[in-house]
Amino acid sequence: MSGLTRRSLLGQGGIVVAFTLAGRAEAKARRRDRLPGHLETYPELESWIRVGDDGRITVFTGKAELGQGLKTALIQIAADELCVAPSAIQLITADTTLTPDEGVTAGSHSMQDSGTAILNAAANVRQLLTEAAAWRLVTSSDQIVLADGVASGPGGLRLSYGELAASIPLDVEAKADVPRRDKGRRLIGEDLPRVDIPAKVSGGAAYIQDMRLPGMLHARVVRGPSDGTRLKPADIEAARRLPGIETIVQNGSFLAVVAKSEWAAIKAMRGLQAAGWERIGPSMLSTDLAKTVRGLPVEDVPIFDNPGPPAPAGARAFEATYTRPCLMHGSIGPSCAIAQWLNGNLTVWTHSQGVGPLRKSLAQLLRVPIDKVRCIHVEGSGCYGHNGADDVAADAALAAQAVPARPVRLQWMREQEHGFEPLGSAMTVELKAQLDGDGKIAQWKHEVWSNGHNGRPTTASGLLAGLEVAPPFPPQRSRPIPMPEGGGHRNANPLYALPNASGVFHFAEQRPVRVSALRSLGAQMNVFAIESFMDELASAAKADPVAYRLAHLQDERARHCIQNAADAFGWSKRKKGSGFAFARYKNLAAYCALAMEVAIDRASGGLEVRRVVAAVDSGEAINPNGIRNQIEGAIVQSLSWTTTEAVTFAPTHRTSFDWSTYPILRFPAVPRSIDVHVIDRPGEPFLGTGEAGQGPASAALANAIADAIGVRLRDLPFTPQRLKAALEA
Amino acid sequence: MIALNVNGQSHDVDAEPDTPLLYVLRNDLALNGAKYGCGLGQCGSCTVLIDDRPVFSCLVPLAAVGARKVRTIEGLADKDGPGALPAAFEAEQAAQCGYCIAGMIMRAQALLERNPKPTEAELRRHMATNLCRCGTHMRILAAVRRAAKAMGGGVAEDTL
Repeated sequence: MSGLTRRSLLGQGGIVVAFTLAGRAEAKARRRDRLPGHLETYPELESWIRVGDDGRITVFTGKAELGQGLKTALIQIAADELCVAPSAIQLITADTTLTPDEGVTAGSHSMQDSGTAILNAAANVRQLLTEAAAWRLVTSSDQIVLADGVASGPGGLRLSYGELAASIPLDVEAKADVPRRDKGRRLIGEDLPRVDIPAKVSGGAAYIQDMRLPGMLHARVVRGPSDGTRLKPADIEAARRLPGIETIVQNGSFLAVVAKSEWAAIKAMRGLQAAGWERIGPSMLSTDLAKTVRGLPVEDVPIFDNPGPPAPAGARAFEATYTRPCLMHGSIGPSCAIAQWLNGNLTVWTHSQGVGPLRKSLAQLLRVPIDKVRCIHVEGSGCYGHNGADDVAADAALAAQAVPARPVRLQWMREQEHGFEPLGSAMTVELKAQLDGDGKIAQWKHEVWSNGHNGRPTTASGLLAGLEVAPPFPPQRSRPIPMPEGGGHRNANPLYALPNASGVFHFAEQRPVRVSALRSLGAQMNVFAIESFMDELASAAKADPVAYRLAHLQDERARHCIQNAADAFGWSKRKKGSGFAFARYKNLAAYCALAMEVAIDRASGGLEVRRVVAAVDSGEAINPNGIRNQIEGAIVQSLSWTTTEAVTFAPTHRTSFDWSTYPILRFPAVPRSIDVHVIDRPGEPFLGTGEAGQGPASAALANAIADAIGVRLRDLPFTPQRLKAALEA
Repeated sequence: MIALNVNGQSHDVDAEPDTPLLYVLRNDLALNGAKYGCGLGQCGSCTVLIDDRPVFSCLVPLAAVGARKVRTIEGLADKDGPGALPAAFEAEQAAQCGYCIAGMIMRAQALLERNPKPTEAELRRHMATNLCRCGTHMRILAAVRRAAKAMGGGVAEDTL
């Protein structure tokens, strides 16, 4: 697809200018004012918005729909600011040929980066439309009213956006100071139904798994049982002779079968797997990964250091250690990709969270110039971070290379997703504090041990196949993500005003198992530990847990959020078995406070979550129901992590290979009710929401259990066996 | 050729008899609803109805279906609309990624056809077979309750 301009790809429009990369650096250098969100990186309006001479509006985002409702929210923003119905907007998402490269759709960044860019680009376009209409209708801008894609002036004169399109060049840079519109019906703040849901609830084509291209072949990759293993030499010739097999692809230790039917590919894969497997490198010394990671050589990264007077004499000292095992993303649909080589150009349809970085990694893996590779995002099963999406794209591209012009669809098997997806690192957090005579915190120390939380591919080395082809690429190095975002130390700096407080991240570069970004990275563990410890300290100070938090908190929005959740829950009249927790995600995204009521069966250790009430402040709420959906999901997923999940290992391999060996929460165990209150802040910046509930939900559960049975659990997960053991201790 | 009745229509399918029904539905009949999730009968994303019973289509070989009638989510729509369950899922916005939803709907369909007035505990027990990773459970339950009502039944509250 290289060499194509937007004109040839998108057809005739009112204003079309080729999408040039070269102009940007210069443009950026000339500019004075910083532009909001990713407008700063792609300042030209036409990178984001295009108005056709038929009046249709195309909006571009480099972010991807992951089931979080991104498409709907972005359409709402653009339609609202441009004064058109949502149906007038066509949204193009992450595509390396068509859209801005907005990196990875992760870290709850989409609304901040892309939403803000589109909002401000739309305000610019609205202003240009208004000015053009005023000029054409020989009046002043303040006499022009925009509604439903039409500009109206005095005396009933009207011009459609399509008629105005030719008069507004959009190959211009956005201005930083264009105000948002302040009159008329608003779509922002409305519970607009999600645009992707109708197909998803009716069997429509909604996923990459549902794409069927003409002449498409089916492939399977053949590997050992998990990360850290490899297949022993297999009988390739026997597999080649099986019915329906198109070809077998071998490159180094990379092995894939390409077949006419999916079932034929699967059967051939099973036949090849009969060769058996072996461990790559030495066996693991311990299968307790939290313990292993804590024992590795580390690099100490300071997190924060608030000097202050030493704790007064007679201060009481407390300390506690919290651990979490490796966790799995556990997408319900195993990763899938479709690749097609046409005249030396590769197109990959992928559910990767980062089509730009994937494109670069694939070009390196396949040893072709980057302009020969196009990656197009198509929705897959929910990923919750870096799962097998990128790896399977590389697998499909390698398999398709053997059958030029034929599209090849490759989906991983369940045991491959479980066995090879990069895990969320096992972690340990150690907290120390001293309380003064009034029970207030006078000293605080946070230490966290973790592997890296970002193994996303930026080179071929970040792809499984990159380590398998001949010659292999060297493994990608793991580096800590700097604050304020942070990786293992994300949210390790409490929002509380604490004197004499410091934190250190003991970063272990050496990875005993494959790890990468899992929803909220280290934040879930750090918030779980901090918010558990806050309750332990409140208890020592004989203070109410909510009042104790408020006594250490100056941030007004945080206080409001906590109060909101406490009131909605009825905290002052709570029953035994109630727990509370709070965090502001990354200390810069959404605020989330959460209260939970549990009941525990003392005989079996069985846990029942009776009700959960949460308050969330995401700044200006574009789609409150979308925010509620995200927080509800975060709560249930976090409860699953906290009560049920732990990846298991043998010294030679990962032993969690399916849903029986890695159980997750099922319906009978979900809360009776979850009630999420959205605190709307019109005019305030959008704050990422998708990961905000993960930490607070885990901690609120620990606190509710402690309130119910008087025992503090600090090692995840809180299985019935552990609860029973705690009750009997 | 193997004869197969899906959503009231007869098909002659040119596939190996051991092919799981799931792949026949998806690849030979181009039906998107049933999804590959595990191939092991552990997650329910491939759930379809055979006669009136919910089954894992990933585990049923084509040859084992015989003359029995297969129903998929594509068969729930009629001239009046998308069907009570899909409509209720849309009304409740009961999806995040949505990959599990077609399976959820088919499993719920089987329950409501057999028992239009389940208790909440029965509903949760029945749905336990199917996994959702996004944590959309509360909305899925709400959607089934809404559909039960629309179908003339209902889920008794406070029965947990």
